[in-house]
Amino acid sequence: MSIELAMRVEDKLFNNRYLVDTGRPHIKVRPHAKPSPQLLSMLKACPARCYELSEQGQVEATVDGCIECGTCRVICEESGDIEWSYPRGGYGVLFKFG
Amino acid sequence: MIEEKFDAIVVGAGMAGNAAALTMAEGGMKVLQLERGEYSGSKNVQGAILYADMLEKLLPDFREDAPLERHLVEQRFWMMDDRSHTGLHYRSEDFNEDKPNRYTIIRAQFDKWFSQKVREAGATVLCETTVTDLARDSDGKVIGVRTDRRDGEIHADIVVLAEGVNGMLGTRAGLRERPKPEKVALAVKEMHFLPREIIEARFNLKSDEGVVIEAVGTISRGMTGMGFIYANKECISLGIGCLVADFQRTGETPYGLLDRFKRHPSVAPLIEGSEVKEYSAHLIPEGGFKAIPQLYGNGWVVIGDAAQLNNTIHREGSNLAMTSGRIAAEAILRIKSRNQPMIPQYLALYKKMLDESFVIKDLRKYKDMPALMHTRSQNFFLTYPQLVSKAMQNFLRVDGTPKIEKEKLTLRSFTSARSRRGLFGDAFRLARAWR
Repeated sequence: MSIELAMRVEDKLFNNRYLVDTGRPHIKVRPHAKPSPQLLSMLKACPARCYELSEQGQVEATVDGCIECGTCRVICEESGDIEWSYPRGGYGVLFKFG
Repeated sequence: MIEEKFDAIVVGAGMAGNAAALTMAEGGMKVLQLERGEYSGSKNVQGAILYADMLEKLLPDFREDAPLERHLVEQRFWMMDDRSHTGLHYRSEDFNEDKPNRYTIIRAQFDKWFSQKVREAGATVLCETTVTDLARDSDGKVIGVRTDRRDGEIHADIVVLAEGVNGMLGTRAGLRERPKPEKVALAVKEMHFLPREIIEARFNLKSDEGVVIEAVGTISRGMTGMGFIYANKECISLGIGCLVADFQRTGETPYGLLDRFKRHPSVAPLIEGSEVKEYSAHLIPEGGFKAIPQLYGNGWVVIGDAAQLNNTIHREGSNLAMTSGRIAAEAILRIKSRNQPMIPQYLALYKKMLDESFVIKDLRKYKDMPALMHTRSQNFFLTYPQLVSKAMQNFLRVDGTPKIEKEKLTLRSFTSARSRRGLFGDAFRLARAWR
């Protein structure tokens, strides 16, 4: 993916309001040596680009910018690649328009 | 544990949950509605179009104070290739009526208003509360919910699951399956702000008239998908959605697709100079009739998106949500008035009433459409739009070629792309799935 495109997602998320539940991410990636195809597909399918590849080749999730669509849940929960739940009440994205 | 016991707990404050909570509260039931957002609406995402008829059945005077954007007088369907669109537009003065049929709305604002009506009807609405589990008795009957608040177990005679497309409670409790990637679409959307007179000039609108554009074609890169543009008063909702399985298969990015749609020569002038104030994403149930799960059980019912009630062909969802919420509530009120327990034997009334409504009748009509659209997406979303564009340009461009040869050229382009057999087969399958 081009850096230009990646920057554009961050610009998009910048306009949104969030209340981040620091230290309590609502999505957790199961520790792995080699990512599954499902997990790898999230690098592109996540609309908030929460999933990234580490230098060691593992998929990591940073959910601060998550817009809570559930795409990763649909793709990755069944295989056990991620643990997915809603943020605690009041936390997460706060849509002004929706 | 909260000592107080309720007649009903509604999980979620979207269209379905609000309709159910309102109807039960108006019927005299003691209702608790739980919502994880900071207010009702803050987690809800939709295009959005509001269908007046279904809301009138709940709140006949909604036009007096509901935050409505524009009433729709025009619908544009676009078939696009990379440089063109072929349009089918319908606009009628008949839509400028005393009680318009469809409006654009902004969900976060509309839902806040709807929630106020739910409170006025007497329901207790508790926000910033995520429901984490269903509480069951030793027989497995659902008797309430557990939340992420301290001492968060609350009991009720019936739990109405209006938890949306990602309905986690229901899947965790084994009441229904998690939606599969081929049964849900991911839509991304931006809110583009412009002065209202600019919007009205660009879309050919006066005062509160509104327009919807829906677009298919090369914008979805061969995936099953659709772009949309809705005119609100002072902003434009613009987005695109495709099947999750298609995103997974192709490696396309949702934001890449959105940006390409925005740059299309037919779209760019409409949003030029706008200020984007929000970026959102949402899953849309696309499985249709065949994806509807078990709708009721021991102490629970499920309504709205959580029950996959969405009409893909007509892009209707919120009206099915509202109607399923109202019908479930009416069934529950009837069961309660007969002093019957909330067990499957009696809750089956909800499904019976829903089957008789437009909700299930419409979904049944199109039961074969999802399979058709999802398995041959290349043809319907890439090949045909390109062929139609070529045919239109061939028809319109005046270059001295005799018309008879132009027609032959067009016909040949269709048969060489899809073959006579393929064309006939596509038409036949479409007609059969549509009827």
